[in-house]
Amino acid sequence: MPTVLSCEALEKRYGATVALGGVDLEVERGELLGLLGPNGAGKSTLTKVACGLVRATAGRAEIEGAPAGSAPARAAIGYLAELFRFPEWLTADELIALHQDLAGSDGGAAERGELLELVGLADARAVKVAAMSKGMQQRLGIAQALVGSPRLLMLDEPTSALDPVGRRVVRDLLRELRSRGVAVMLSSHLLSEVELVCDRVAILVAGQVVARGTPAELARPRGVEVETGDGVRSFPEARRDDVPRIVAELVSSGQQVYGVNLLASTLEDAYLEAVGAA
Amino acid sequence: MSGALIVARYALREAVRRRVILVVLVLTVGFLALYGLGTAVTFNEVNSLAADDQLDDRVLAGSTLLGLAMFTILFLGAVLGVFLTLGAVRGDAERGLLQPIVVRPVGRTSLLLGRYGGAAVVCAVYVAAVYVAAMVITGVAGDWWPDDPVGPGAGLVLGVLVIAALSLLGSVFLSSTANGIAVFMIFGAGLAAGLLGQIGDALAVQTLEDVATVSSWVLPFEALYQAGLHALTEETGGITGVIVQLGPFGGAQEAGAGLWLWALAYLGLVGAAARAAFARRDL
Repeated sequence: MPTVLSCEALEKRYGATVALGGVDLEVERGELLGLLGPNGAGKSTLTKVACGLVRATAGRAEIEGAPAGSAPARAAIGYLAELFRFPEWLTADELIALHQDLAGSDGGAAERGELLELVGLADARAVKVAAMSKGMQQRLGIAQALVGSPRLLMLDEPTSALDPVGRRVVRDLLRELRSRGVAVMLSSHLLSEVELVCDRVAILVAGQVVARGTPAELARPRGVEVETGDGVRSFPEARRDDVPRIVAELVSSGQQVYGVNLLASTLEDAYLEAVGAA
Repeated sequence: MSGALIVARYALREAVRRRVILVVLVLTVGFLALYGLGTAVTFNEVNSLAADDQLDDRVLAGSTLLGLAMFTILFLGAVLGVFLTLGAVRGDAERGLLQPIVVRPVGRTSLLLGRYGGAAVVCAVYVAAVYVAAMVITGVAGDWWPDDPVGPGAGLVLGVLVIAALSLLGSVFLSSTANGIAVFMIFGAGLAAGLLGQIGDALAVQTLEDVATVSSWVLPFEALYQAGLHALTEETGGITGVIVQLGPFGGAQEAGAGLWLWALAYLGLVGAAARAAFARRDL
């Protein structure tokens, strides 16, 4: 898969404060990367450097081979900031139209209708931003980020103001985008959301990537639990391959086996482990 | 459409939708009505005075009234220009309005040009229109017209554009409130320096004249305003000319082509500084 976003030894310092301390990261076409980390870990800074909003102190960030912040790089991205606001005097349709003009998109009314439909705002075309709830504005933000069919979508906490239904809409949307080959970098504190939708996860702590991999790779085996007639028995060191032997031994010792659970840590466990160890 | 034009159109639409234009128009109608009343009453009084061979009361009244109007127009134009630009960069960035636009391919230079262009069009049209209205009111009420009807208005327009450019430059570094305060303080300092220059000219105090000269280079909007006042009665001689030029609403300083060129170059320099600073600014 071609690489859409590539960061190499990326550093950002604000005086003595290190926001990014040499980050290496890649996002491939059609990949959904989850960016996790505690507050102040550097997630938003990394996203902003990739968008060209913040200049890196050292290192390299490229979008489809073009330096981050250059015109070709900006033409390839869609972005929704964590803290954003849209002009309150614009309607949803006018806001998307403005971004079509800014992005050089010739999608016209058809694109506007499709994007508002995608985020569930088809009935709110004529509603002014001032009259929208925070959740509606966040969905509108996602729609504006999709103007011009970006190849890389960078979303910073895109579901923080959404209700469960809204989050599901966004999850489905992200899966749809992935199927179309759009790369997505999703920064979030909602680990369950990331676990549900992301192909890979990178955990940032103090400006450095301390763990990365698929959610399954980051999860750790935590043993086996067997439900027997005498209650639940735990085998903390056991793995999947040990299950037939354990069951056979229990049965041969006269116990009745009703069920077996393979225990694995969640992404949350992996996250807390990575953050705690850093 | 170029990026700057898109942003300028957006800025103009914002000014209309947020009722900036409406509020300004309503208040300006009030100002012009008040000015019309004052002008009519003043010329009635002037007409009732006995004729003076040495002093032309009509010229004195007309130029002073229009000079007063020019000061008000400069102030109103400055308010408009500052409020349309004071939050263009840092203010909008702090509110989260700027980032979604900056990441688009239009680029930061186009964004600055567009924001300035939108504000400049609004300010230029406003200042020119109010100046013409004030001049016509004065002419109709008192049958007095400035010696140079165009130069003073053009000077006011360019002066307000300079103030708006300074406000845009300040917006790269300062939050909206701090920038607004800073620009109005600069505006006040410029006017004070101009008044000092008039006093220096009347009393022949070289130090005060030097202060005015330096300030006119550093803050050319004041020099443009002074030159505009001068142009109102540039062909008026005798005691009337001397008294009018003593001020406070008569200008002693002639502009010359150098001032106009410098003001245009100043705009370019301020724009280049804003562009360079914005290009390096993290958002």
